Amino acid sequence: MMILRESIVMKIHYGTALGAVFLTVIHILMRMTQDFHESLQYENVIANYQMIGYAIMLELLLILISVHGFNGLRVILLEMRQGPTYEKAVTYGCIASMAILIAYGSRTIIMTSMGMV
Amino acid sequence: MSELNQEISQEKSQTVLSPTKSVKLRISRSNPEVNSEERFDEFVIPVEKYTTVLDAILNVKSHLDHSVAVRYSCRQASCGSCGMKINGKPALACFTKVVELNTDTITVEPMDNFPIVRDLAVNFTRMFNNHKKIMPYVVREDSEIKPDTGVKEILQTPEDVDKYIQFSSCIKCGLCNSACPTMAMDTSFVGPQALAQAYRYIADTRDKGKDNRLKIIDDSHGIWRCHFAGSCSQVCPKGVDPAMGIQLLRSYLLGLRD
Repeated sequence: MMILRESIVMKIHYGTALGAVFLTVIHILMRMTQDFHESLQYENVIANYQMIGYAIMLELLLILISVHGFNGLRVILLEMRQGPTYEKAVTYGCIASMAILIAYGSRTIIMTSMGMV
Repeated sequence: MSELNQEISQEKSQTVLSPTKSVKLRISRSNPEVNSEERFDEFVIPVEKYTTVLDAILNVKSHLDHSVAVRYSCRQASCGSCGMKINGKPALACFTKVVELNTDTITVEPMDNFPIVRDLAVNFTRMFNNHKKIMPYVVREDSEIKPDTGVKEILQTPEDVDKYIQFSSCIKCGLCNSACPTMAMDTSFVGPQALAQAYRYIADTRDKGKDNRLKIIDDSHGIWRCHFAGSCSQVCPKGVDPAMGIQLLRSYLLGLRD
């Protein structure tokens, strides 16, 4: 069963790639505002999460990379083997894995930004 | 009399003969209907300046081993029947001269990504099915022939023709599909041959079947599975560039062209 037309999926794939590259560049630039060893200190990491703008950016980055990565994995798996049952399992498996990863990552971001960690 | 003989013997021949040399021809032999064994049979055959690989194989077939299975027809790169791997590269046997290969050993194998029928002959069913699937004909409601008014011409400018003409040269030899790395993995992939032909008809201004064709190739095993290796374009004996056709088709699906 086709959930979306493949062209729409691939537009999302290319769009998420561009978005992820853009946000990763911002993320790396943010790291450069302080020394590398300082940026990984516990207090600084927590402080970053508690900046609402930065937390939103991390959440977006998580979504973009998850969508792009799991669609890439789906494409690789579809090329490796074929068959209706297998293809359905791969598609729904990738969507479920993506949703679980986003939910788990979002939980971390939300809890940390709200000072629950 | 003896003087005359001497004169004749000293006379220079007007016929220039190309030097004959010999090459070793290694032919892949297999018959999947009997067993999965694959072996190479070797034959030493004389070749001349204009001997093609197909000539060499037919020489073997005529004089050394009649059982070699090879598909061929026109011998002039028009029918697309004699596609095979020659020294590891997909090529038409009738369009490849032995001397151009610059080697004394020539290995011929059946094309990759096609089921083997026997020896060098492969089964084209999948390729032809994919070709049929993309509707390889001009789709339109009206006809060039009108019962009441006679013949109506559907005019095209030279620029209109330029958009698709190179893709019309496809002879369905299957070399592009054989060279395609995605075809090797994805048995449901539509393939560069069918995709190039989809572009050929979509780019034709007379055709009205664009939307249907785009729907057919916009599939999880359709156009998006091409990784642009470009090997299809490299091996085409007719100068068709399927890789470019695929990228142009993608631009339709991405909304970059109408």
